[in-house]
Order: sequence, then structure tokens, then C-alpha cells
Amino acid sequence: MKKKKTNGRPPVDFRDDYPRFTPEMKHTHKILVPDMLPVHFGIIVDFLHKDGWDIEVLHNDSRAVIDEGLKHVHNDTCYPALCVTGQFIDALKSGKYDVEHTAVMITQSGGGCRASNYIPLIRKALKSEFPKVPVISLNFAGLEKDSGFPVGLKTLLKLAFAVFYGDTLMSLFNQCKPYELEEGASAKARQECVEMVNAAYDRGKYLSYMPIVRKMLERFSKIERSREEKVKVGIVGEIYVKYSPLGNSHLEEFLLSEGCEPVVPALMDFVMYCAVNNVNDAKLYNKKSIATPLFAVVYRYLLHVQRRIIRLTEKYGFEPLHDFEHLRRCADKVLNQGVKMGEGWLIPAEMAALAETGTDNIVCAQPFGCLPNHIAGKGTIRTLKQMYEHENIVAVDYDPSATKVNQENRIKLMLATARENLKEKQRRAEGADKK
Amino acid sequence: MAKFMGIDVGSTTVKVCVLSETYEILYTSYERHFARVKECVLDQLSVVEGKFGGGDFRVCITGSAGLGLAERSGVPFVQEVQAAFTAIRKYYPDADAAVELGGEDAKIIFITGGTEQRMNGSCAGGTGAFIDQMATLLNISVPEMDELSLKAEKVYPIASRCGVFAKSDIQPLLNQGARKEDISASIFRAVVDQTVAGLAQGRRIKGKVLFLGGPLYFLKGLRRAFKETLGLDDAHAVFPENAPCFMSIGAALYAENVDPMPLAEAVERIKNAKNSDDIVTGEPLFKDRAEYDAFVARHKASDLAFEDIKTYRGDAYLGIDSGSTTTKLVLITPDCKLLYEHYQSNNGQPLDIVLERLREIYALAQGRIRIAGAATTGYGEDLIKAAIKADFGIVETVAHFKAALHFDPKVDFIIDIGGQDIKCFKIKNGAIDNIMLNEACSSGCGSFIQTFAKAMGMEIDEFSKLGLFAKHPVELGSRCTVFMNSSVKQAQKEGASVEDISAGLSSSIVKNAIYKVIRAKTPDELGSNILVQGGTFLNDAVLRSFELETGKQVVRPGIAGLMGAFGAALYAKENVGEASTVVTEAELRYFTYTSKSHVCKGCTSHCNVNVIGFSDGRKFISGNKCERGAGLKPHSDELDIYAYKYARLLDCRTGPQGKKRRGRVGLPVALGFYEQLPLWAGFFEACGFEVVFSEKSSRQLYFKGQHTVASDTVCYPAKLTHGHIESLLDENVDFIFYPCESYNLDEHDSANHYNCPVVAYYPELLKANNERLTAQNFVMPYIDLNDAKTTVRALHKALKKYKLSRRLIGRGLKEGFARLGKFQEDVHEKGNEISAKAEKRGIPVVVLAGRPYHVDPEINHGIGKLLTSLGIAVLSEDSVFFKGREVLVNVLNQWTYHARLYRAAEYATEHDNVDLVQLVSFGCGIDAITTDEVRSILESRGKLYTQIKIDEINNLGVVKIRLRSMLAAIEEQKRRREKR
Repeated sequence: MKKKKTNGRPPVDFRDDYPRFTPEMKHTHKILVPDMLPVHFGIIVDFLHKDGWDIEVLHNDSRAVIDEGLKHVHNDTCYPALCVTGQFIDALKSGKYDVEHTAVMITQSGGGCRASNYIPLIRKALKSEFPKVPVISLNFAGLEKDSGFPVGLKTLLKLAFAVFYGDTLMSLFNQCKPYELEEGASAKARQECVEMVNAAYDRGKYLSYMPIVRKMLERFSKIERSREEKVKVGIVGEIYVKYSPLGNSHLEEFLLSEGCEPVVPALMDFVMYCAVNNVNDAKLYNKKSIATPLFAVVYRYLLHVQRRIIRLTEKYGFEPLHDFEHLRRCADKVLNQGVKMGEGWLIPAEMAALAETGTDNIVCAQPFGCLPNHIAGKGTIRTLKQMYEHENIVAVDYDPSATKVNQENRIKLMLATARENLKEKQRRAEGADKK
Repeated sequence: MAKFMGIDVGSTTVKVCVLSETYEILYTSYERHFARVKECVLDQLSVVEGKFGGGDFRVCITGSAGLGLAERSGVPFVQEVQAAFTAIRKYYPDADAAVELGGEDAKIIFITGGTEQRMNGSCAGGTGAFIDQMATLLNISVPEMDELSLKAEKVYPIASRCGVFAKSDIQPLLNQGARKEDISASIFRAVVDQTVAGLAQGRRIKGKVLFLGGPLYFLKGLRRAFKETLGLDDAHAVFPENAPCFMSIGAALYAENVDPMPLAEAVERIKNAKNSDDIVTGEPLFKDRAEYDAFVARHKASDLAFEDIKTYRGDAYLGIDSGSTTTKLVLITPDCKLLYEHYQSNNGQPLDIVLERLREIYALAQGRIRIAGAATTGYGEDLIKAAIKADFGIVETVAHFKAALHFDPKVDFIIDIGGQDIKCFKIKNGAIDNIMLNEACSSGCGSFIQTFAKAMGMEIDEFSKLGLFAKHPVELGSRCTVFMNSSVKQAQKEGASVEDISAGLSSSIVKNAIYKVIRAKTPDELGSNILVQGGTFLNDAVLRSFELETGKQVVRPGIAGLMGAFGAALYAKENVGEASTVVTEAELRYFTYTSKSHVCKGCTSHCNVNVIGFSDGRKFISGNKCERGAGLKPHSDELDIYAYKYARLLDCRTGPQGKKRRGRVGLPVALGFYEQLPLWAGFFEACGFEVVFSEKSSRQLYFKGQHTVASDTVCYPAKLTHGHIESLLDENVDFIFYPCESYNLDEHDSANHYNCPVVAYYPELLKANNERLTAQNFVMPYIDLNDAKTTVRALHKALKKYKLSRRLIGRGLKEGFARLGKFQEDVHEKGNEISAKAEKRGIPVVVLAGRPYHVDPEINHGIGKLLTSLGIAVLSEDSVFFKGREVLVNVLNQWTYHARLYRAAEYATEHDNVDLVQLVSFGCGIDAITTDEVRSILESRGKLYTQIKIDEINNLGVVKIRLRSMLAAIEEQKRRREKR
């Protein structure tokens, strides 16, 4: 409805030059990937290796990582940007890598949140000290065409299934670990399953998800577990601090050490969330692109796979991951699916879905000052509490200087209420039994 | 049976309580632990042992600093809010809510209507510690402050988010001579506001409320402020007798669940609790004494020569730096020898200090010395200049630069860390090229060490000396004081020594300056000839930390703390004309002054104006934002587009059209509406609605909606929105219209045209957190205005109740867009007009670049006015951006409003007389990205970049210094250009 306001002159280019990632570099460069989801990334890296990529997931997480981040990124930028950049620079400085032949890679979503700007931020940070290290964008939105990671249909499928497998493993592990009678049994099962998945990829059988998932379920069913009821704590929030141990100060481990069962929603939810947003935009604002029908097809296919995995999981008596259509309906109860920046409506949707499946204790993890989270995280807590009587949510801010004491203290407060609620529930159950 | 014992280890105190088997309170104690947690606990246990003998106890530890102790000693732990909850249920079963303020924590427990427990987040600042800090600032004890507060006559608005913010509000009040009584009461009010806004978040604190914790027990003024704000009578505000020890009682009650153990065993366990090695430590500051001595000797070289004031005869120049916390005076000879120096904490009124010292100087000089020139600088520059009739008042940055040049003509970087602020200047080609001041949130400055030393029960000198030879300085991070407080807490928990903490604090301050204020990537970026100054650098531990961190040897003048005053004296020496106007000895003898304050009723700003009357009949007025407050005719705002825009924006209604009246719609003048108001007013009027705007923004309006703010770290413009909603609800409109817009209007000069997440979806948050909003009275469709079809559809659906035809909606939108277009056209025109006038009159122009919502005077705090009063024409980003060329930037350029910033910057670089100042709201995540980009556009073409961060803070003192420094630097640049 408005005309372009140019004044006939060509645009001025204020961009700095940066090293591109060219196709030949596949054979000459090592690619570093930040640590986010250990299991998922493990599977992905393994098959990429076999496809000829020299790729490595970073695991450095000393204080130096954060310090490098503080030095190289505007301190008001969100914590994940700081962690990721810090991890890259710390690694590049370690001397372990040939900086002439190393590249770094990160995902990019292209949404209205500032997270879409991680790539330029990392470039800027690397510029002074590692001017030859290219930054690769892994995205499905056609951004950074001159420096993107080439994703063909095959790789896309491999990635998608790696996410399904990673999610399933993560969920099964969390459901067994707190109850295992033999220390380390769950970790062992996870390790074996990862090997099994890797082998499946080797044989090109990664699409046979039903047998693969069945094997996982059978393997985890064998773990001997106690029947004691433990406090279940869901983890939701901004995608990086939700999953990354570096970002959330090892939240899962902390919860395990407190005798809780961490319930971490699937990464696939986020993938499907992104796909659905494209479809929603078309519906809400008529914003159709050539890709829109494609997104709809992809979404339907993923949903189909997800539902079959869910049914299978239920058969084995494990708590399945959320059905994404169910998540969408949960979101509708809290806010509009139009809230699509950052993790947007997915956060309250997961909180509601968790509450409905008996996990009403929740840590909502967010980087300090995260913009979408003002609305979709902290902003929805009141509504959720009205909807679910026992909803017990703590919003925790992660930040380079927020201390563990402060964070843990707040989580412990939430846990104290959680234990009380559990006791109350058991008391009521006992009362009901007696009757 | 065993007795119960609860030990509450807080951030500053240890509380112990013993209960009998029948829950009778036998003993309680309350002690400050001065960071020696373990020792203090053990001391108190031995008292318990003395009173009750050994025997078995069921022991439970609670409190923020108790967690680590409990973990390592194996004594059971209970979370402190849980402990409080246990005690409340036991002793006050009918309470509805409890508010607990501790040393550094604030908590609210809602008991009835859905139990909920809340603690302050990481940015909520301290409470008890905050009050201590403020008392230090006022130089009185906390009980004195309490007494004073009861005699208050008025309350000043003080930012309540964290100590640092409050300080920058209080300091100028002090400097202006406001009454301590009023300030004390204002501080307590700020604590209350903070608790209500930061913790209650959408829930009202009502019914029978318990008030717990030390500060609320000891401070009557604080109690009163709580009662008043929450509207509680005596029956509903309960202050238990044992409030300070309440948590320990709760812990003792909770101990019912744990196994008993002999007291001796508990003592033994705590005694043997290992210090964990979780904390990160650094290298010692000095290897040994010899290294320290060499360091001291090296810095001695840059001391000034002295001249004896008692014998010297001739001319002298006076420089006064009236800083935020200290006042500095120097008197120098024409050959720059030091005759007299003075450095003193303000303790309230700096004018008293200046007068007293001036009298002393005259007395010492005994008529031999003629003060040939005098200049003042610093926060109190204007007041002191007026009082002593000094010849010049100069911006402090200029003063510092002058002084630095004296010590090192090649200086290319100056860093000044004072009590309250950090200032850095880069020098290029002999002129100030770039100025960096700490923003309100990064002030981990000198006064922080001071407050901290006091908390440790030590003097600052003693405390910082301890750090010099610390073996393992603690790594404390580099952020604001609040964060540092909790880092220190953690270090204490882990058993770090006072020495290590002292050294750690020194290095934190340095890191804060380098990485947070300067944001240097590598120390080399600072420069090769660095000069450090400011009182904080007189502290050898800080100086050493700086040298270690930068890896450079720097110059620290012996008068590091007096550089501003020295620079002022130099300036006076170089620039004084015939005779100095400074007060004579005779005039000074009978000089007195009075100080009064009142609220100016000149306009809606309601400035707190302070009037100082001098005995010779002259007056000095401060606190006013415009000339009205000073009793003068306001200067015209014809060159201020902000004033024009705001008025023009609100003037977009013509009345409902058509015959049929459909109802009254409320539009909140907030966030995105600052631009789209004409559009929606036009739309609704064309559709036959009466359009009601929310009331104009003010602090009162903010307070009105404060209780529904869900996230305490969101930006101020967003927080204000809550007040606008309340005001519309009070207007009884039929409904409030507030659309969600992921996408802004596409102006085709960026890759995408998003709104920021807060602007896009704030209605969702409002709906979720304001209980008065319903689906009926709050209409919030999802709209993309770029697509007519879906917009019409969404509006049709959202306004179904009013049965608007699609045709009418289409017509309404057309009208709306026409009004929006007209508004923008008018703004552009006004921009042209101002540009033309400025050019004609040779006035410099500043593009005050922000977002549309920065047009609100409550958000921009009258910066536009301030600029015009400094003789500058003010344009806005949206009045010029289309004249700039399109730009390609490093970052993903995908937000409509932000794309304008880049083009406005490009525009500024193409015009000699135009500079750009970027307005940034505190907490704006997207500006963390845009600021660097705007800076690089400007700097790549040799322009200065100035950023002003604004929040609820109402005080323009710092902003003024910043703007004046910028103007001085621009002047200097121009002069150089002309020379060439």
C-alpha cells in the first residue's frame, strides 16, 4: 500500500567483507558446531562425517568461554549469542584447530527475533582475530546464500530423522535415569542405541524409523527401575538455553541431582513450529510463497511420523512426546498462534501440554531480557496458573553474570512447592485407597 | 525429645532460633556476619550451647548463603520461602499474603487465592542492601534515615528497579539541596514500588498482609510506605514481633521432619565443612613486596610540583569540580604548581563545602594571592558557578581532557573512574573523538567498593589494601552492582577470604569499564598512551588490575582524583579576560543561601523545581526541564520536531462520521500506536465510532498500571502501556482496540519488515495479566496491514458485534491510511522547515533517532527540549530517513523502524551540520544490534556517535553532560576542519 521511498540513488554499502564458505571447502575445512543437544548433534555429526564432512561438536565449557563471549559480543545481546560466540573463539584460540582451514556453523531461522542476527554477530566477533574463518549458516529459509550449508533433500531427511531419534532417546533416558536401580544403566542403553542408530544410517536405513524406535523402546524397557514416584520437572523456554548445558548451567543434571525427573520437550516440536508458522502466516495474512504448500506437506509428513512414534511409545508404557496438533490446541487456550517470533506460542503450548500430562512443575528458561519471552514466557504464566490448579512455574533468567546460587535457589523454591504438591497428591491417593 | 533449631544464613546476617518440643520459642538471635559466615554461625551455636547445654537438636539451615554451608556440612536445608511459609501457617493461619525483605532478597508469598511464592529475579536489585547503600550515599546511618523519613513533606519519584538507577536519581536531588527527610521517604517509597512492581506482577497484594525480615522490622518509615501504598489499615498490616528471625523459626519448625543429632555433632559438621573449590580465582595482583614497591615508584613520577600557599604571592587560578559524590578544588599558579587542593565527599550539599574551602583559601592567602580566574565543572557546575560567580562553567569531559593533556601531550585514551561514573574518551588528532559514559546499568564504580567495605565493617582504604597481596583473587564477573553482589555472595558461600574478594572487586571494576563501558575487544583498541584518573584509581589495587588487564603501563597523575578541577583551573588560566568575577573575600564573609523546592505547575511535566536563594538576592533554579520552571518565558519549540510530532499525532481526530453511532472505542497511545494512531483513529471514525485516546503518559499513569507488569526487565515504553490500558478502562469505553502486528508496514528498504516482538505481541501480555480485560472489552486481531484482504477479514471478524460491512471496513481503512499519510507528510514537511531554518540561521542540527514511541515526553524525558535549549535544531529519524540513501548493513536488516535508523544515519553523514544521537530504551534487545551498526555507519564517515540510554529515570543531568560533551567535540572537529 506504500510506495518505495528511494531517491533514485543506489544504496550505500556499509558491509564489511567476510570470508565465504565455498563448496570446495567441504574437502579442506573442518567445521565446528556449538554444543546444544549432545545426543541429537552426536547422531547428526556421525552421518555427516560419513557423507564426507569434517565436522566436530564443541564441548568446551569453562568460564573462559563466557569471558570470550563477553569480550566479543555486545553485552546486551542475548546470552545464547554470547555463549555460542564464546565457544567458537575459545576453541579457535585453543590451538587445536588449523585456523586457516576451519569454519564454524550455526543455524539461522530468519524470524522477527534478534536471534536471526547471530550470523553477522559471529562474523563481527571473528573478524579481528580469525579473519579467515567462514561462518556457515544452516537454514531452510534461503538466507546467506553465499555462505550456507548445502542441504539437499537427502540431507534434510537424514536431519529430520536424526531429530526424531535424538528426541526419543532424550525422552527415554530422562524417564529411566532417575529410577534406574543399577547406576549407569540408562547411560549405557543410550550409548547402545546411539550406536544402533549410527549403524542404521551407515546402511542407509535411517528411514526405517519404526524398527529403530522399537529397538530403542525395547532396550530401555530392559532397564530395571524403581517404582518410587518422583517430582517431574518440565523444561521449556528459549531453544538454546532450554537444551544447552552450557547455556543453562547444566540444568538437567541439577534436576537429576535433586532427585527429580526432567521432562524435556522434543526438538522436533520446534522444527514443526517453524513449519506451521509459515502455514499460519499464509492463513492469517495471505503471506504465501512458493514454499508454503511445501511447508504444509512437510508438516503433514512429520506429523504422520510423530504420531506413529507416539503410538509405539505408548505401547511400551513410556510417556510419549507431545502430539503437535495437540500442542497447537494447547496454545490456542493461552494465546494466538500468531505469536511466532522466537519460540513464541510454543512455550505456553508446551507448558500447558506438560500440565495436562502430569508435569505441572516447570522451569521456563530464558536468556536475560529475551524479547519474545516477555510475552510468551513470563507473560503467560498468570493465564496458565488460572487454567491449571497446580501449575508451578519458575521463570529463570540466564545471563553471563547471573550466579548459579541465585538460579538454583529459585529452582529450589519451585521444587519445594513441587514436593509439597506431590506429598499432597500421594496423601489424597492414599485416602482414596482407604475408601 | 529433642529441641528444634533453625539457622537462617542470609546475605548479611545470621539468625538462630531454638524452639522447645512444644514449639515454644525459647531463644532467637540476629547478628551481622560481615561475610564470615561459618565463624558467625559457630559463634552463635556456642551461645546456644551455653544456654541449653549439649543435648540433641533437630537442626535445619535456611537462607541464601546457607545453601552451600548446608550442602557441605550435611545439615539439612530448607528453602527460605518454604521456611517462612511453614512458620506463617503455624502462627498466622489467617494471613492472606506475606512480604519479606531481606538483605538482598525480596519475597512475596500469596497464601489465599492460589498459593504462590515469588522471589526477586536477577535484576530486581537489593532491598536491605539497597537501603544501606542509600544511607551511605546520604552519609547517615540507617536508623537516622528512618527517623528523617518520618518527617518528610514530599516524595520525589525515584527509579525503583535497582540501586544504581535510584542513585542516579538521588544524587542530583542531593546536589540540588533537596531535604534529606524527603529523600529518605522517597527511598522507602522506591523500595515499596520495587516490591509491588517487580514481584507482585499482576497480582494485587491485599487482605491481611504479614511483613517480615529485618528491614521491615527495624524501619518505621518503610513500614509506613508499605501501608500507604498498599492501602492497608492496622488490622490488615501485621508486623510480627519476631519478624527478623521469622525464617529461622520456620526452619526450626521444618526441622520437625529431620533426625535429631547432638549439638556437638552439628557444630563439628559445620566446623569441618570444606570450602569448595567451585569459585574461579585469578592470579595475585603482585608477586611480592618488591614488585609492589617498583610499581609505586613508577607512578610517583607523574606527580605535580607544589608551591606553598602560605608564602606565595601573585595570581592564581581556581578550578572546582563539583562531582556527583565528591567535591574537588584546586588552586594553581600560572606555571601550574599546586597551591591548594581539596577532595571531599559531598555529604549532602556541595555548596557548603565550596564556600568553606574558599574562605579557607582566602584566609591562608592573607591578601597575597589574587584569584585571577575561576572555572567550575561537574554535576554541580551551574550551581557553584552561580554561587561564587565563577568566570566559566565547562563540561567535565572537556575539563578532564585539558588536565590529561598537561600530563601527557600524546595521550590518546583517557579513562576516569569516579565514585558514580566511568568516563572514557578517545582522543584523535588532538580532539575528543569519542566519549563513552557508563549507562545506568553498568555503574560498578568506586562507590560500590566503598559500600562494600562498609558492609564488611571496614574503611575503604583498609579494605582495598587487603586486596593488594591476596593470593587467589576471586573472579566476580563484570556487570552491574546487583550482579556483583550475588557473585560476592557466591564467593562467600564458597568460603573465599575477604582479601580475595577485595582483589576480585578491584578487577571487576576494571573489567566492567573495559568490556562493558568501552566494549573493547582487545586491550590494544584502547590506545597506546593511556591516562587513568578519577578517585578510584588512587586505589592501587584498581590501578594494578587495570595494568594487568590491559597489559600496558599507564600514567596515573598523583592528583588523579582532582583532574576535573585541575582541568577547570587550566581552562580558567587560558581563557580568562580582564578581571575575574569570582566572589571576593569581603563578599564571601556575609554570603549565605536558602534552599526550597516546589512542584512547577507550568506544564504537565510537573518538574520538582529547587530554588536556591543567595544572600545577595540572586536566585538559582534547578530541576526544571524548561524555562518555565525558572520563571522565564519558555523558549519556542519551533525547532523541535519532537514537540511538533507529539502534538500533531494526538491531533488526528475529526469526530465520528456517518449518522449511525456505533460506540466508543479506546486507543492506547502506546508502542506501535505512536505511529499508527492516525490510521486507527481514521478507521474507527469513518466507521462511526467515537474514538477515545488514553491519557497522556506520566509517572502517575505508569504507577497506575504497574501492578499488571508481568516482566520487570521489559522496556519502559512497554511498561507504560499498562497504565494506558487502565486509563482507558477507567474511561468506560465500550472496548479497547489493540491489534497484534507481526509485520509493520513495508517501506521496502529492508529484507523484511517486522515489528519487534514486544511491539508486535504486547496485547497478548496485557490480556493475560490484567484481570479487567475480557474478550468483550479488549479487541486484538492479528493483522498484517500490507495485505488488504486479510486485514478486512480480520477486522470484520473482530468487530462482528458492531455489524460493519466489509465495504465500510474497506472505506474506513482508506480513510485511516489517508490520515496516516497526511501525518507523515506533515512530519516530513516540518522536518524540511526545521532544516531550512537551521541552515539559514547557522544552527547545528541533531537527528534524535529512536522509534516512534520515543516521541512521548514521558519516554524521552524532554531530551528534545534540552537540545533546543542548547541551541540545536532537533529532527527525528522518521523526518529524514527517506532522504538518506538506502543502506546495506552487516546485520540482517529486517525491522521497519530499525531500517529507518540506518538510513537516518546515512543522511547525517552526508550533511556537515547534521549529527545523530541515538535514543535507546533500556532493555531493548534489538538495539543491542542496531547501535553497533549505526555507530559504524557514522564512524566510517568521520561522524561522532552518541547514544543515550533512557529508562524511567527522570533526571537529565547525565544526558546533559553527554550532549554538551558531544557539542564541544563537534565544535572542536569543526574548528580543526576550518583550520585545514
